[in-house]
Amino acid sequence: MWDYTEKVIEHFRNPRNVGEIKNPDAVGEVGNIICGDALRLTLRIDKKTDKIIDAKFQTFGCASAIASSSVLTEMIKGMTVNQASKVTNKDIADYLGGLPNEKMHCSVMGMEALRAAIGNHKGAPLKKEIVGQEKIVCKCFSVTDKKIISTIKENNLKTVEQVTNYTKAGGGCGKCKSEIEKLLKEFWEKEVTKGVYQKKEPPKKKLTNLQRISLIQDTIEREIRPQLKADGGDIELVDVDRNKVYVKFSGTCLGCPATEVTLKALIESKLKEFVEEDIMVEEVKEWE
Amino acid sequence: MGVVYVDNNATTKVASEVFEAMKPYLTDEYGNPSSMHTFGGKIYREIDRAREKVADLLGVSDSSEIIFTSCGTESDNTAIMSTLRSYPGKKHIITTKVEHPAVLNLCKFLETIGYRVTYIGVDNEGMIDLSELESSINQDTAIISIMYANNETGVIFPLKEIAEIAKEEGVVFHTDAVQAVGKIPFKLSELSVDLLSLSGHKLHAPKGIGALYVGKETRFTPFLIGGHQEYGRRGGTENVASIVGLGRACQLAKESIKEERKRIENLRDRLENTLLQKIPNARVNGNREKRLPNTSNIGFEFVEGEAILLMLDEKGIAASSGSACTSDSLAPSHVLKAMGVPLTFIQGSIRFSLSRYNNDSDINYIIEHLPPIIRRLREISPYKE
Repeated sequence: MWDYTEKVIEHFRNPRNVGEIKNPDAVGEVGNIICGDALRLTLRIDKKTDKIIDAKFQTFGCASAIASSSVLTEMIKGMTVNQASKVTNKDIADYLGGLPNEKMHCSVMGMEALRAAIGNHKGAPLKKEIVGQEKIVCKCFSVTDKKIISTIKENNLKTVEQVTNYTKAGGGCGKCKSEIEKLLKEFWEKEVTKGVYQKKEPPKKKLTNLQRISLIQDTIEREIRPQLKADGGDIELVDVDRNKVYVKFSGTCLGCPATEVTLKALIESKLKEFVEEDIMVEEVKEWE
Repeated sequence: MGVVYVDNNATTKVASEVFEAMKPYLTDEYGNPSSMHTFGGKIYREIDRAREKVADLLGVSDSSEIIFTSCGTESDNTAIMSTLRSYPGKKHIITTKVEHPAVLNLCKFLETIGYRVTYIGVDNEGMIDLSELESSINQDTAIISIMYANNETGVIFPLKEIAEIAKEEGVVFHTDAVQAVGKIPFKLSELSVDLLSLSGHKLHAPKGIGALYVGKETRFTPFLIGGHQEYGRRGGTENVASIVGLGRACQLAKESIKEERKRIENLRDRLENTLLQKIPNARVNGNREKRLPNTSNIGFEFVEGEAILLMLDEKGIAASSGSACTSDSLAPSHVLKAMGVPLTFIQGSIRFSLSRYNNDSDINYIIEHLPPIIRRLREISPYKE
């Protein structure tokens, strides 16, 4: 028997915001019936304030999946899209007073549905096809390398067992466990060489031009590009002029009305965090 | 609130008669049956009396063919390991894809140390193909281990035919009969079975006691090596109280098996038919004819088993599920998967398993409460008809 918190049980028995918003402003769908859990999230977003004014869910899954979906809708109502984009699976699990390790994937599903809905709001197609370099690692639950790596990163996972708990990958026939092990090893080796933990603290010393440019490139590669790619977009560094950074969008980012938000919320804030506090980012448009 | 307990393939209530029979051996009669003094030595007679009762239920005339063990898993492990040690030149095992983990995981382990295992499949009703069994046997085959009845679906395998095939080919045959013993009558004297496992807590004896039938002609090498207990076939001081309890439980089962079988079958059929009639998109998993009288495995499409179980739990109904979410491994039931049951039904599969302690009002209670639960979960689910 799972050791569920009272909050999980309470939300499972009395789920909030069950259903579907008619003509929603955003839809996020993740999982499928074969995997054992699936979530369809529909949002009503106020165009003026960019606030989520209503959220409803439909979930196929166990008690923790239903409870995670229910609290997710409760948490994001009243948030701006930008605020909601920062909600993580940890926030969902914390709100529930914790989830059993084996059930963490339910909170990940909540976060994924939310991000899919936000992507959809910004113009991404509803169903993301698996494209490019993504590869299905776990055939039983259709989990891609991209999802595994991003979950390792966001939740600081160190073992194959943890990856299974958070993504379900490896939980079926178990044949992909050695591949998961390899992904873990590769990820953490890269992190160590990057010294990502030391870099969390912005350098205090004034940077030289060369240092600044290389740090900007590094941060784009590591922190920004993967997130844009998740929504089918991409970014190119055009120029750096002292504290001004010029970038060009491509992919689904092109013509997306949300690029302004992305520019400030994601790119500029990451560069401020990892490079220098006074950095300003500007978009270079193709036709300029 | 009382509990409507319909999870008897997981474990059963200890019968009050069994508990009463055990009591003296947990209190005043604590002697060691191996002792020379009367205080201990007299207890040995009780163990042999219990052995006779087990033999009687199995239809075995010589009770020395019964060995007491600690559980069904120990019986299964003993049967297979003993046979492999007795035929050290043979490295091939035949079993099925739908065995209990006590056999399945042991076989998987044996594969890592040089044994070859053939896992025979089942059809969509959970039935075995005997010609596949026949064609799998070869000179290297040491043992065939096939369960009598499946714990998840209740499907009964044709034990007589399997045993005959094994005998013809000269291969040792073991059957895990943990779910069958006490539920369906059979006579081992009429079957050429070499080894048979049973477990006490599935037939109203306590947990922690099992037995293994080892035919007189069957080669045997002990699994637990120690003292002279169990005719030198299993070391370890006897679990006296539980052995006495198992004996009493076998006696009770023997006395009532004929009428109980019919009564329980009627309850099960009423439960199953009413649920299928009241709930759309539901199906029975497994052959409905060749099945234990007490077991019903029903798949409810578009909903997930753990959610159903927890809502049943809230109503005081104890059942189980083959869904992925209810297992530690995140993998859905290997039995239903081997049967090719669509995953959409496996995830929403619920097993009801009855016992002599269930009655009409239990069935009415489930029939009243389950349909609204399925309806409610389908409202939450993004999948609909």
